[in-house]
Amino acid sequence: MSSYSNTARVNEARRVAIFGGTHGNEMSGVTLVNLWMKNGIEIQRKGVEVKPFITNPKAVEKCTRYVDTDLNRAFTPENLSAPTGDDLPYEVQRAQEINRMFGPKGSPEAYDVIFDLHNTTSNMGCTLILESSKDYFNLQMMNYIKKAIAPASCLVLLNEHPLLKYSTSRSVAKHPVGLEVGPQPQGVLRSNIFEAMRVILKHALDFIEMFNEGVEFPPCSVEVFRVSERIDYPRDANGNIIAMVHPNLQDCDWEPLNPGDPMFQMFDGKTIHYQGSGTVYPTFINEAAYYEKQQAFVTTRRETLVASSIRKA
Amino acid sequence: MSGVYLVREWQKQKVDESGALSITTVLSNPPAVNVCRRYTQTDLNRCFTNALLSSPITDTTPYEMRRAQELNAQLGPKGSEKAMDLLIDIHNTTANMGLCLIFYSSDLMMLHIYKYIQSKMPSVPVRAIIMDIPLSEAFSLESVGKHGFAIEVGPQPNGVLRADIFNLVKKSLDLAFEWIQEFNSGCTFKAGEVEAFTFVKSVDYPRDPATGEITAAIHPQLQDADFKLLRRGDPIFLSFSGETVKYDGEDNYPYFVNECAYYESKTAFKLAEKTTMTFPSISVKN
Repeated sequence: MSSYSNTARVNEARRVAIFGGTHGNEMSGVTLVNLWMKNGIEIQRKGVEVKPFITNPKAVEKCTRYVDTDLNRAFTPENLSAPTGDDLPYEVQRAQEINRMFGPKGSPEAYDVIFDLHNTTSNMGCTLILESSKDYFNLQMMNYIKKAIAPASCLVLLNEHPLLKYSTSRSVAKHPVGLEVGPQPQGVLRSNIFEAMRVILKHALDFIEMFNEGVEFPPCSVEVFRVSERIDYPRDANGNIIAMVHPNLQDCDWEPLNPGDPMFQMFDGKTIHYQGSGTVYPTFINEAAYYEKQQAFVTTRRETLVASSIRKA
Repeated sequence: MSGVYLVREWQKQKVDESGALSITTVLSNPPAVNVCRRYTQTDLNRCFTNALLSSPITDTTPYEMRRAQELNAQLGPKGSEKAMDLLIDIHNTTANMGLCLIFYSSDLMMLHIYKYIQSKMPSVPVRAIIMDIPLSEAFSLESVGKHGFAIEVGPQPNGVLRADIFNLVKKSLDLAFEWIQEFNSGCTFKAGEVEAFTFVKSVDYPRDPATGEITAAIHPQLQDADFKLLRRGDPIFLSFSGETVKYDGEDNYPYFVNECAYYESKTAFKLAEKTTMTFPSISVKN
């Protein structure tokens, strides 16, 4: 159906990594990676090396998000090129080590695909995080996953925002894929969340195996939610939070938020309303780790991305 | 976070009374609050036994043990006439427990307050967990007051402040103060009965004998099913390799199902018996 000249030729994905414990208290990834490091039969696929890896072992041991600094923000060019040394924050040292093992970031030697497993306290369900709207390989894989798990839902969050995009551990790879499943409290392992993440990875690896075998995937459209704006909690002069996510907004990730809708509730009960210019789709609503990053939720806008057909080079 | 933010808000608003009641608000563990962790060295809420409250402080005494003795001096001393008339300790849990009042032995005043709160919040699950331990061995903060209870509200993840949960906590405290004021002004609260739960035992996760790591998660049918009767043969764990582990004990009521803090104390869930407590009327002494 597709003519040869419209098909994007993409290199085979020969080396794939699955990262768990980038945040040490997000238990689905920690548990899955530990399981697969002991017995990796479930993640084996013909023609591809799949390496499970705990990225932040000290944080995992303490069951905390990070020890010195957020590993999932640490893969900046400055950090990666800084001279190595014990005086560097632990996570910066880890970032350099991970960049050596799975990168270098931006080079032809880098791993083809890295899946980075995360949980969130937000009611986001299964979410795939995309870092580039031009990554047709990732778009095709996400399209495949969405269709494979239907009618269960798996949404795609696109973070290409010039200011809000951050330097993730998965960004070391040519095709970085974030998996974010919630809601799950930090430090807690919920069976349904764990199994959902496991199923998504199964389909992702199936896609890679088929792709490597030469299957051509026809052009597809993928609905994505593009990160637009970060909204912080109302705070007082000392930086303390003075309101909470409103009960009407709590747990309503991906549902439309219209101007005038309740957004925050102050401690005395008063409502603060959303004052934006149009309808947005909020997500990461009330994520525990984002209080310190000045974020109550992010707004997104719905968009349809088109990926050309792809076939291995 | 509910207790942290409520106390901070009352301290900001300088709330120190409600009607004729004098209210003292305390952030029990400020260093733990600052790093948003359960505790810094040891669990503060296990430090209030008589033995621990009277043990000597040395250079190696963990912070929370020192703090417990400070709190005992400020709000107690436990067991003495100078202690707070009522001590309320606000907690959250990751378990789906709704609103629970936890108190030691069948304190008549606590039973009345529980019944009062339950009757005024009919759309919310309000339950009581009664700990049948002598006061000297009572280990938690609320045992320092002449009367005391913990309010445990969930589900809420650690580090998260949910408005719905916060509103529940606030409402239950307002009702407790309302009861106390009516009690103090001479009202008689009539005899009655309530259902309450008493601890039977804790159940741990299945673990790898070599590493101690858990090998299963709470089964989806038990997850969030706090206080729903668990019968022999019901599923309780789903192992990572897909096997279902079934419950093999007496019919009982699970609670603290998948509480984050209890992984380290080897508790996947606790089990309780349900009892009906019958109690007499109460009124203030003249």
